Amino acid sequence: MDFIYSHLLSLILFLPAVSALILFLLPSGRNSLLRWFALLASLIPFALSVLLWVNYVPEQTGFQFEEQYVWYEAIHSTLHLGVDGISLTMVLLTTLLTPLAILASFSISDRVKAYMMLFLFLETGMLGVFMSLDLLIFFVFWEIGLVPMYFLINQWGSANRNYASLKFMIYTMGGSLGLLLAVQMLGVRFGTYDIVQLYSLWNSLEPGELFLGMSVSTVKTIAFWAFVIAFAIKVPVWPFHTWLPDAHTEAPTAGSMILAGVLLKLGAYGFLRLVLPFYPAEAKVFAGALAVLATAAIVFGAFGSYAQSDFKRLVAYSSVNHMGFVVLGIAAAGLAAGTSDAHIAMNGAVLQMFNHGLSAAGMFFLVGVIYERTHTRNLNDFGGLFPLVPVYGGILIFTSMASLGLPGLNGFISEFLVVRGAYPVLTVYTAISMLGLLFTGAYILKGIKSVLHGPLNEHWAHGEHQLTEINTREVLVMAPLMVLILVIGVWPMWILDVINKTVVALF
Amino acid sequence: MNFPILSIITFLPMLAAVVILAVPSARKNVVRTIALTAASLDLLLFAWTYLQYLLGGLQGYQFVEQYNWLPALGISLKFGVDGISAPLVLLTGIVMFTGVLISWGDDDKHVMAGIQDRPREFFAFLFILASGVFGVFVSLDLFMLFFFYEIAVFPMYLLIAIWGWVVTREYAAMKLTLYLFVGSVVSLVGALAMYWTAYQNTGVLSFDMLQLEKAGFSTAFQNLWFLPVFMGFAVLGGIWPFHNWSPDGHVAAPTAVSMFHAGVLMKLGAFAALRVGVMLLPEGAKEWSWLIMTFAAIAVVYGAYIAFVQTDLKYMIGFSSVSHMGLVMLGVSTLNYNGLLGAGVQMFSHGVMTALFFAVTGMIYDRAHTRMIPELGGMSKIMPYASIGFIIGGLVSMGMPGFSGFVAEFPIFMGVWGRQWLVAVFASISIVITAAYIMTNIRKVFFSPLPEKLEGHVGDITLMDKTAVVTLCFFMIVIGLIPAIMVPMVETGVENILRLLGGA
Repeated sequence: MDFIYSHLLSLILFLPAVSALILFLLPSGRNSLLRWFALLASLIPFALSVLLWVNYVPEQTGFQFEEQYVWYEAIHSTLHLGVDGISLTMVLLTTLLTPLAILASFSISDRVKAYMMLFLFLETGMLGVFMSLDLLIFFVFWEIGLVPMYFLINQWGSANRNYASLKFMIYTMGGSLGLLLAVQMLGVRFGTYDIVQLYSLWNSLEPGELFLGMSVSTVKTIAFWAFVIAFAIKVPVWPFHTWLPDAHTEAPTAGSMILAGVLLKLGAYGFLRLVLPFYPAEAKVFAGALAVLATAAIVFGAFGSYAQSDFKRLVAYSSVNHMGFVVLGIAAAGLAAGTSDAHIAMNGAVLQMFNHGLSAAGMFFLVGVIYERTHTRNLNDFGGLFPLVPVYGGILIFTSMASLGLPGLNGFISEFLVVRGAYPVLTVYTAISMLGLLFTGAYILKGIKSVLHGPLNEHWAHGEHQLTEINTREVLVMAPLMVLILVIGVWPMWILDVINKTVVALF
Repeated sequence: MNFPILSIITFLPMLAAVVILAVPSARKNVVRTIALTAASLDLLLFAWTYLQYLLGGLQGYQFVEQYNWLPALGISLKFGVDGISAPLVLLTGIVMFTGVLISWGDDDKHVMAGIQDRPREFFAFLFILASGVFGVFVSLDLFMLFFFYEIAVFPMYLLIAIWGWVVTREYAAMKLTLYLFVGSVVSLVGALAMYWTAYQNTGVLSFDMLQLEKAGFSTAFQNLWFLPVFMGFAVLGGIWPFHNWSPDGHVAAPTAVSMFHAGVLMKLGAFAALRVGVMLLPEGAKEWSWLIMTFAAIAVVYGAYIAFVQTDLKYMIGFSSVSHMGLVMLGVSTLNYNGLLGAGVQMFSHGVMTALFFAVTGMIYDRAHTRMIPELGGMSKIMPYASIGFIIGGLVSMGMPGFSGFVAEFPIFMGVWGRQWLVAVFASISIVITAAYIMTNIRKVFFSPLPEKLEGHVGDITLMDKTAVVTLCFFMIVIGLIPAIMVPMVETGVENILRLLGGA
């Protein structure tokens, strides 16, 4: 037991990758064996994360469960892991969504082994980003996660997958280029990649000091934007979002769940872990610019979503809309750093990350459920399906309402907190965003209306095309998400407590 | 006197070549078995030596041997490895071993992959080439370094002209040989200048590089001779604008020779440029590093861009080698700790990676009889091992973390930051271009639907091929995950170079 407690993070981090290697040795043809093994293998990290959550002490500031191993001594980079309230929440989200995504993939029958292996590798990649306390290791995991996702979209995606997967890859790699260069610059300047040390070293430079032939403040401004662009592409913030609808639409269902549920959070997490602590001054100066982009994401995301006739694209644009609130919260926190407004906005932003993970994964899964049965995602082909599939309809409405921000469900809490925190400092942008929220309601209702209500499309009512009800396995995927959506909506304190203590200490 | 491990490793392939030539040419499998045994033995011997060096935490030149050769002129057969050359010797062992494996071929009369035409002579020449390469990496005597250098270049001509791709082999072999001979002659003149000047300074006739390091060349002398010496060797390293021979040579060469050529011979150029150019003429290196850095930065981006527009798989890899060797030169040109460290690791990493690329391309070409990317497709279902290998090679090439390419490229860029950050920003463009062409080509060749023309007659690779692919992938992954198995060793070599450069 002692071993487990002292290596909790590395166990959670590497177990999926090790399981993937074991999976490689299992016989290829035995699909159900492969599926169940992958599912069980992904449940262990989840169980360990629950253990992590229980043993985490919110009152204690700083990082917990720290581990440090030698990795690349020559350039002073170590495998330094640790979690605080923000990363703990994200670790829990990741380890929760991965088993659900794997369970959702039980309907995949093409090259099951490779598929499951990629998912498990992806989990390690994502967890690594959330746990790293070393800038180089952060970057390593940041990039590694791209590869499995690329192949998941490229190999198991739908018609336009080649275009979408390459666009995803090039966008993200191109975006990370600035990050890579900035990381190198920091490493060369300070001779360490340890994030905790860099927090203080980087901020202790005199603004007027010369550095690379420029003043420190100029260098910081450039580096700030290099970081921001890398993370903004991942979030994605308008106008860097165009890869997202393509990637989401073409990815297999479980791929979209993880993409929306966790990968987008990597970008937002980058803002929280690196941008704000590294560049408090720049974040204050450029908060307005970030807020403009966030507002644009909220408003245009909602408009874009409303305009879609493809159900999956509609949900994809809704991610742009919802992640806009995370960035708005971050902008507000940067501007008002140190005040209670900043803390409220930041609490909202982190909780919104978690909540959007739950509801977006759920929505993409539900789109996948109906797509598997009808082989179409076109909203005009549906209509009036509620009487045919009442259980599915109920679940869809429930999840949509969470996405819409209905009080009593989780989305309301986090969006309210963001708006409450941002209003005093970014009044105009917040007000415009609230108008955007109106359109959130519009597109969600449009989605529900086109699928469930209105005149029944007889095509699905009988014969070979008769629509079948959501099955037990699919309900099992949705159940944990729905429970959490409701629990957070009714009693958010259990999670906010953990987030809040960290946020207050950090910002 | 130590056990003469380095001489054994160096001359074993040559001995094997002689034995192979004694076998009747009809007995192909005997020839192949001898070749494989010799290659495995050589690899194991050096792997053992490598581990001794690494685990023993050794520094400086080790396993040194010295025999008189022509004492009157100060020429001796002096061997030894340090932290820079040891990984390269290991690399040569790996490429030789896997090169023999993939040349073994498939005797099925429908496939006829690998080397089917006169394997006896082929392996004999290949092994002479390998001896030459080993010799350059372990020589501590400047004359011997040239001696082995020419031994390595000459069989290349025959291997390409006889076993190469029918369409361009004469042209490519001629072009390659002329380029390299001109380069080495220029360097040789520089080397002779060093030899005589050292004699005038110290009164001792010696080609021993450890002596020449201390010969006290004047700054004016170094500034004058650095460029010819460095560039003469760097031609073989494929430095822009003298890279032009290299993609042609890669394309025309038979698979195992392409592997040697891109995997090892280009390192020979970079290594000799470093050892003779930078280490013997450090002041000159400081004077001219800006020029080398400019050339290298252009090579990095230009090579990647040209690779991007290729439709012939082998040309694509050839130009990607120009780009990656540009990174090695970029690292060398920084003359600082990180840059040189990265260059050392990159030489190994790129060698393994490009050998893998050429091996897989050869396997595909032997079976599909085309290398044109638009004519290929669907290989992942037919040859899964080759596909996974190529993908891993691609990820290394992109500098994806978790693989050896990242471990190598990251310090190079850090080194460039220490010198001129604009170059780092410029060179980093190549990362995205590389990602773009690697990913699109992987998708096209391995995952698009199998063209009708290829249906039915393209089969999977042999067990030998698979072993080669797995061996090469193994090294790229292990170094990527655990840099400690190579980096500390390269560090000791880098420290030695920095000492010659005067602190820094």
